[in-house]
Amino acid sequence: MRASIERAESVGISDAQAVESTLAGDRDAYRVLVERYSQYLYRLAYRMTGNSHDAEEIVQEAFLRAYQKLSQFAGNSHFGTWVYRITTNYAIDRIRQRNVEEARQAPSARPSEDGVQADAMALVKDPSASPERLASSAELATKMKQALDSLTPAERTAIVMRHWEGCAIEEIAAVLKSNSNATKNTVFRAVSKLRKALEPFVGLGGTARAIGTES
Amino acid sequence: MKHMTEEELIAYRDGETRGREGFGSHLKECADCRREMERIEAVFAALDAMPVPDPGEDFGRRVWQQIAPRLPERPAPWWRSFFAPHRLVAAAAMAAVVVLAFFIGRYTKKIAPADDLVGNGKTRERVLVVAVGDHLGRSEMILVELANAEPEKGRKFVNISSEQKRAKDLLEENRLYRQTALREGDTLMASTLDELERVLLDIANSPNEVTPSQFEAIQKRIAEKGILLKVRVVHQDLQEREKTATPSPTQKDSQKNERNKA
Repeated sequence: MRASIERAESVGISDAQAVESTLAGDRDAYRVLVERYSQYLYRLAYRMTGNSHDAEEIVQEAFLRAYQKLSQFAGNSHFGTWVYRITTNYAIDRIRQRNVEEARQAPSARPSEDGVQADAMALVKDPSASPERLASSAELATKMKQALDSLTPAERTAIVMRHWEGCAIEEIAAVLKSNSNATKNTVFRAVSKLRKALEPFVGLGGTARAIGTES
Repeated sequence: MKHMTEEELIAYRDGETRGREGFGSHLKECADCRREMERIEAVFAALDAMPVPDPGEDFGRRVWQQIAPRLPERPAPWWRSFFAPHRLVAAAAMAAVVVLAFFIGRYTKKIAPADDLVGNGKTRERVLVVAVGDHLGRSEMILVELANAEPEKGRKFVNISSEQKRAKDLLEENRLYRQTALREGDTLMASTLDELERVLLDIANSPNEVTPSQFEAIQKRIAEKGILLKVRVVHQDLQEREKTATPSPTQKDSQKNERNKA
């Protein structure tokens, strides 16, 4: 995450200068920050939500919130890191809100902590979903989207930040307002659920051994 | 042989250090666990392949267009500009020069008559020489620290926040001295201060933590411009001027005697 932020900051005026000018009343200085970080935050928001429309809205809302709280921004951290955290927090709220709305509309399809497992197993048991049939990347993408959507907001945040963004466990723990051990468990649960849901479709067929056993 | 659990395999892949050596040797020996690890890897590979739609190159511009009308005006408080860090540094530097000038003035008045115009000119020069010498000394220290530092091997980032803060503090002062040197027609001093300003600006605008390659780039910039040598030369020259500008006790006595005779 830090590398991307530094790459973004290496062009033009520094983030600190843009923040200072914005706070001094130059609203256009904020544009520099918006244009610098939008693409990067979009990727994060898309992976969190799996939806372009939601991702765009999250990016806009994150920049609005950051602007409103800019005077509270401690200059001792990167603006990129700070707005990244705002985006993640808002994306988590958004996923929770979406889950509630979906549950209200279709109570039977409501995802729950255990429901995730059931959903994942349903994918495995789908008789039409043979590896050959699912070889097409479009179908695999659909299965991945379903598997990711079936994670809890905390699990999804953990896997996105850990796997795609390369964040440290402590950074993820700060966003999830949790401790390091609990966060490691969240990452593990996310990987395990994704594995159960996707393994039948990603090659290396054959029955997995009962892991943790003796041979 | 007891196989690794899924949690242990995932933690091992994630770089967990606890029990790493034992798990590593187990994986080397156990084909079953290796196969399990390959299955986990295949899931991660599939995740890596998950496409993210390209929002378009103008996405940032579009986001700005969407949010700009919703951003509340942020009028700058009238007093804010007075407390901007660079102004505070400039004010402190000016205050230091005034106080220094006052005390030197009091001291030199005892030696030379107040209405001695030549003496006043020398006093001004001495104040400038002392202040710029001190400024160059502090700048030199930052440059030497950065040029000679060797980042620890294996560290992903080098923290330069201390040098960065000091460079920021020196910038405004540097600007003032450069302008004064230009006004006084001291082109060598002005050009050295100008080059120093660019290097200080580079350091001040760097992130708090830089990667080893970015750090090397900073060191390279310092070396390429030969700024350290130039600063040292001008600093030494100023120290010489300071010595010659300060009359020795015998000189003072002879001056006094001459004044008394007159």
